[in-house]
Amino acid sequence: MPRVRVQEADFDVGRELDALTRGRVDVGGMASFVGLVRDANDGRAVRGMTLEHYPGMTEKALEDICAQAHARWDLVDTLVIHRIGAMVPGDRIVLVAAASAHRGEAFAACEFIMDFLKTRAPFWKLEDTPEGSRWVEARASDDTAAERWKS
Amino acid sequence: MVTVLYFASLRESLGCSREQVALPPAGTPTVSLLVDALRSRDARFGEALAAGKPWRVAVNQQMADPATPIKPGDEVAFFPPVTGG
Repeated sequence: MPRVRVQEADFDVGRELDALTRGRVDVGGMASFVGLVRDANDGRAVRGMTLEHYPGMTEKALEDICAQAHARWDLVDTLVIHRIGAMVPGDRIVLVAAASAHRGEAFAACEFIMDFLKTRAPFWKLEDTPEGSRWVEARASDDTAAERWKS
Repeated sequence: MVTVLYFASLRESLGCSREQVALPPAGTPTVSLLVDALRSRDARFGEALAAGKPWRVAVNQQMADPATPIKPGDEVAFFPPVTGG
């Protein structure tokens, strides 16, 4: 069963990954990804950012992405935690983890969830730069990354 | 009536996050008809929801497109391409 959380608070990566497999003996491998706030983007310094989302749809979209991963690979469990609100460079934004009997499926599912999260989950970043605040523009490379899973 | 939501840069440029909009009376209501009605309000809406702009739409919290049918009571959201993660 996928676990999805959208929250303002930071998360403890070790504790979350432990919880995903605690008490289980059928997991042979778990892959995880942590996204962080960078201090620069598109040639400008970034002092911080605010993440806006679409309450209700966000959770549904993330659950749907995890369900697609479960349909595609033999997974024991998946986890997505995404933060909203104000963050500064170095802060964690997102944690994705996939647990499976074998590493190949865990690696693939983790990357798949992240690629679809980047293009389908309704989050928007507002960056605070020395020149003022600006909305981050979507990258074509993110669409390309999600497209390749269609084959 | 449908509930229309705007997010991120669209919310800012339109100065509105949520409103109730009457469905166009003619034909089978779709996202496309609603967009036409919103664009015809004024230059701001016309510009924000212009055909060449990369806005996205969701109906009842599912990604949708201009051909998606809508009915009274639906929640229709407009927003720019997503940038989470």
